[in-house]
Amino acid sequence: MSTARTRLTPEVAIVGAGPAGLRAAQELAPAVPGEVLVLDREQQAGGIPRHCDHPGFGIRDLHRFHSGPDYARRMVDSAERAGAVIRTGAMVTGWSADGGLEVTTPDGLFEVHAEAIVLATGARERPRTARMVPGDRPDGVYTTGQLQNLVHLHHRKVGTKALIVGSELVSWSAVLTLRDAGCDTVLMTSEHPKVESYALFSVPGKLGLRVPVRTRTKITRIIGKPRVEAVEVEDLATGRREVVPCDTVVFTGDWIPDNELVRAAGLALDPGTLGPVVDTELRTERPGIFAAGNVLHPVDTADIAALDGKQVAASVLDHLREKRHPSEKSIRIVADEPLRWISPMVRRVGDRRPARNRLLAWVDHYVAFPRVVATQNGRVVAEKRLPWPAAPGRVFRIPGDLLDAARPGEGDVHISLRR
Amino acid sequence: MTSAHDTEIVDVAVIGAGVVGSAIARALAGYQLEVALIESRCDVGDGTSKANTAILHTGFDAKPGTLESQLVSRGYHLLKAYADETGIPYEPTGALLVAWDEEQLAALPGLQEKAAQNGYAETEIVGPDEVYRQVPTLGPGALGGLTVPGESIICTWTTNLALATDAVRRGTRLMRSHRVESVTVGSDETVLRTNRGDVRARWVVNAAGLGSDVIDAQFGHDRFHLHPRRGELLVFDKQTRPMVDKIVLPVPSKLGKGVLVSPTIYGNVMLGPTAEDMTNRSDTSTTEDGYEFLREKGERIMPQLLREEVTATYAGLRAASDAPDYTVEVDAAQRYAVAGGIRSTGLTSGMAIAEHLLGLLEKAGLELHEREDLPDAPQMPNIGEAYLRPYADSDRIAADPAYGTVVCFCERVTKGEIRDAMNSTIPPCDLDGLRRRTRAMNGRCQGFYCGANVTEMLQDGERKAHR
Repeated sequence: MSTARTRLTPEVAIVGAGPAGLRAAQELAPAVPGEVLVLDREQQAGGIPRHCDHPGFGIRDLHRFHSGPDYARRMVDSAERAGAVIRTGAMVTGWSADGGLEVTTPDGLFEVHAEAIVLATGARERPRTARMVPGDRPDGVYTTGQLQNLVHLHHRKVGTKALIVGSELVSWSAVLTLRDAGCDTVLMTSEHPKVESYALFSVPGKLGLRVPVRTRTKITRIIGKPRVEAVEVEDLATGRREVVPCDTVVFTGDWIPDNELVRAAGLALDPGTLGPVVDTELRTERPGIFAAGNVLHPVDTADIAALDGKQVAASVLDHLREKRHPSEKSIRIVADEPLRWISPMVRRVGDRRPARNRLLAWVDHYVAFPRVVATQNGRVVAEKRLPWPAAPGRVFRIPGDLLDAARPGEGDVHISLRR
Repeated sequence: MTSAHDTEIVDVAVIGAGVVGSAIARALAGYQLEVALIESRCDVGDGTSKANTAILHTGFDAKPGTLESQLVSRGYHLLKAYADETGIPYEPTGALLVAWDEEQLAALPGLQEKAAQNGYAETEIVGPDEVYRQVPTLGPGALGGLTVPGESIICTWTTNLALATDAVRRGTRLMRSHRVESVTVGSDETVLRTNRGDVRARWVVNAAGLGSDVIDAQFGHDRFHLHPRRGELLVFDKQTRPMVDKIVLPVPSKLGKGVLVSPTIYGNVMLGPTAEDMTNRSDTSTTEDGYEFLREKGERIMPQLLREEVTATYAGLRAASDAPDYTVEVDAAQRYAVAGGIRSTGLTSGMAIAEHLLGLLEKAGLELHEREDLPDAPQMPNIGEAYLRPYADSDRIAADPAYGTVVCFCERVTKGEIRDAMNSTIPPCDLDGLRRRTRAMNGRCQGFYCGANVTEMLQDGERKAHR
């Protein structure tokens, strides 16, 4: 028995070879003299898009539509061509006493010490247990992640009649995956009164996929042994309960960042996202540790994560070159109802604007023509009517200009919506 | 396979491969006896043994003078020694009983006295300052407590598996997926009719857990009746583990032992159980009421814990008996023994029950001749978080890179461990069995990342086994 570790000293270590980590690596590798090492615990790099076998990737960063696996391959190729070293099957299990990353690989144990570390560990869906759905514990209950893994990477069969819990963008991705596997979606449920992601999909949703969607509906029990036989659903308006027969249940959305390394490092956690607190340049509170992608905003699309990678790379370069020190003068950005969270959470004087000059937020209620309001110390500092709706189930984008009028030293900026 | 059973006669058939039955089979197989261990489910420890609070009890709170008190106290030492020998993970965390009101506070001296009567003298009554020093995350309002430094947490899955593995290596014939349907006692052999053929035995031991009263009735007895008592539990994310490093027990009341907060051997924190008397012996579903009850209790005991993510929820059924004590008896005329009404303390007392029962069997005429060719006790894979696990062991990885390939990220289970489980003496028959042997898929993502891989490894393993 031994816990001896081989020491590695790249210039930059990136944890996670998904869109955010790969894009950061692609930007950084040609720009730094030392090694840019990307660590990923999966056997293949590329992250979640690898098992989203449908188009819709890359529009905002590559300005073209790609399928998930195709997009993932391009990201990997670009990072490697840029000179980054990608190590797969390499799981970061924790931090050493002096701040190194402890890594397990088939080639042995490593301790990675780098001048800068980027945490790009992404997010995952809360499974049934975390959502506290009672009942039997039969086979046939999945998250979208597990479902796509089973179907697209392992080519396995699932059931024939599925109920989908949630109606986020990813929920429609689950419908497509189920259809590929020969499984009909008998019902999609949402606790929200209105499902905006549905409108996005209204044409394929109504004409092609024929998925009945029930809003203001909650799952109250899973029934069946050893396989799912039915799900009990409750109409939140009337309290009436009904049993819907099905043999597969997919819990979709309801994201949580993979924040274990963040917490193990003792970094401040944002209570809304449960990811690390970062400023607009994606620095965490500890110098030399950065974060990017869906670990910050659970969950946005792959291309937005990749643009975070670009943003964080610029910030990492400044840190390495000691060109610019982050200002002590900063403002904390706080999400107020109906916003559940906002990212990034800190704006420092003199810093770059957030990626695409957008603040990302999650909303709990649908607002058709939202007026976004920034207040500081009870005083409205900025207000803006947006032409796009705020809808549960997908990220709501807020122009970064809203922060311009806020002053450091005068308290947190609260962001909220008015109808 | 079943046809061979029809003709052969074993010396002793043990019904039930839970902790108690496995311990009994192992003990019997230490003598010159042909032993069969018959289990209705497809895996050992898949009934009441798999889902309990996994505490290695000192027996401090048993009813003094009972057989249970005697066997828990003895079993505590036997199992601890066996765990050291085989590598069953356990952690001597100690326990703290917390008094939340004056009535509970007043009950502490009585509990201390009772512990002493049970032969456990290391308890101490402490004030609120010491209570909060020991568990700073407790909610406000604790008035005092009683420390029980000997209480420990242990891996119930590995305990059961170690005993069953040991039994099999000693020559016991393990017959899984054999449900005993009827019993015919003859003059010198008993025929157990199962769904997969007859098993003929000279002696029969009934350790059928929740079904032990039904089997007992098959032998014509009517001495105890069981009903399932459902206990629901919440298991919190590993990030909560620093909040609790000892077992936090309520002061027991007339209504039972109540809800506890305990670290788990896998590095989580557990809250539960509920106690609900049921009639259906297979209903292990969880309920809205159960969750609400646990949340309410947890909010008082440790509000900070309730803010965290829940990794798993489950329900176990324990055998509640109308008899006030364990029923461990031998019917010499029928060459039949029973170990029934063994509640959750059976995890601790199992090996002592086996020892006690063998004594009774010998007196009743079962000849026990020691064997000289006993194999060594098995070395169990470590799935406890407090000990070095393969993913962090550079020597093991150097010798076999499969231990450096992490398959289940949340629980850090490696390919090597899953392969070993598939090739072990008692391989798993399903995903749950694999979970109990390795922890794979038991983590916070519940299979988001590893579910498909783990399923594939299980099915590959099964294909190889059936080739």
